Amino acid sequence: MEQNLQNIIEILQNHSGLSDDEKAKLMAYLKEADKKITIVEFKLDRTEKVKRTTAILLEETIEELEQKRKAIEETNAALKKSLEELKAAQAQLIQSEKMASLGELTAGIAHEIQNPLNFVNNFSEVSYEMIDEMWEEIEKEDLEEAKALANDIKSNLEKILHHGKRADTIVKGMLQHSRSSAGVKEPTDINALADEYLRLAYHGLRAKDKSFNAELKTDFDNSIGIIHIIPQDIGRVILNLITNAFYVVDEKKNSGIENYEPTVSVSTKKEGNKIIITVKDNGNGIPQKVLDKIFQPFFTTKPTGQGTGLGLSLSYDIVKAHGGELKVETEQGKGSVFVIQIPIKFN
Amino acid sequence: MRILIVDDEKDIQTLFEQRFRKEIKNNELELAFAYSGEEALKYLDEKEQNAILILSDINMPGMSGLDLLSNIKQKYHRPPPLVMMITAYGDEENYNTAMKLGADDFLTKPLDFNQLKEKIKNISHD
Repeated sequence: MEQNLQNIIEILQNHSGLSDDEKAKLMAYLKEADKKITIVEFKLDRTEKVKRTTAILLEETIEELEQKRKAIEETNAALKKSLEELKAAQAQLIQSEKMASLGELTAGIAHEIQNPLNFVNNFSEVSYEMIDEMWEEIEKEDLEEAKALANDIKSNLEKILHHGKRADTIVKGMLQHSRSSAGVKEPTDINALADEYLRLAYHGLRAKDKSFNAELKTDFDNSIGIIHIIPQDIGRVILNLITNAFYVVDEKKNSGIENYEPTVSVSTKKEGNKIIITVKDNGNGIPQKVLDKIFQPFFTTKPTGQGTGLGLSLSYDIVKAHGGELKVETEQGKGSVFVIQIPIKFN
Repeated sequence: MRILIVDDEKDIQTLFEQRFRKEIKNNELELAFAYSGEEALKYLDEKEQNAILILSDINMPGMSGLDLLSNIKQKYHRPPPLVMMITAYGDEENYNTAMKLGADDFLTKPLDFNQLKEKIKNISHD
């Protein structure tokens, strides 16, 4: 029995002022109190033990969590590294896709440069001869003839300048195309850009495949004027759509359909604060099950080695980055229209 | 001697007229121009094949120079006009195709007019 209660019992038993009955009652109370104290002590002890166990468990849990945190940290670092590697791989893919489409353009570029060069070289040479002739006329005092020659030489010089600039534009366009996009919006004549890529793609394909032929139709909205876009990016989208269009009309032609005239049309249009560029072909159209996937990276219907499967997916991303939309409408057996919509601020 | 020049580049006319201005003046040469294969065929149909020499670009929208060449060589037999192909993209394949289709010569841009004049001189002396 608890010591304090023991003391109380001793005092009680020596107390004379209480009857035996009362003493017995008090004793019973005290015993009851003692029992309760014992129980409380037992419970306390048990709680203490639980507490200790819990503390140990808690410590273990904390340790485990710490380990898990470290593992997650490591996973995170690994993921971050993978992401960086993926980004680098993606950049490389974009670059190689760019270079692949540049390869497609090489023949077109050669053609487009040799033509102006033909004029630059020959008009300069002929002008040189004509100046000698002009002097001869001056010596002979035939001033009328000399003046006519001078006028011809002047107009030749204008032609030289015009064709020199033409070659310059082609080379600049080519450099822009191969350069990694600086992502800078520049004032751009979208009609000239679309026309240039249409010609390059067409001549490039013609140089590679002699049997290729298609009718080109253009419908440019001259009211568009100058807009602010990243020209090499949008140029790539247009080039990609045109190249695809040529591919599908050629495919349809080679399937031997009678009276088929392969036609590719490019148009631009200003609609409110948007410009709309469309590239239309009269190929076979896109089947529904293919349609769902055409904007997915690495999806291609071309034979292995002929397509990277990145063209449309990159085009989609580029148009998106301009805040616009790239959509397609297609009809089985009739052809497809790819529509680029870009919101623009004029001036 | 009449030469038909076929090219989709419009400035080709001024260039040829200036390059051959003496020959034109002395009535040694007559130049005609067509800006597409289709136009060239129409010209040959209408003028009953009076061009002796045809100089044609290969890379033109619509009917290509090679199509035109094969058309001319199949259609006109006695005597077929001489056809020289001119191209800005003088790769081997183009050359072989042109030769197979019966081209009489193959020139590349930028054109060497001194060389062309020599060739024309040889034709008219034959």
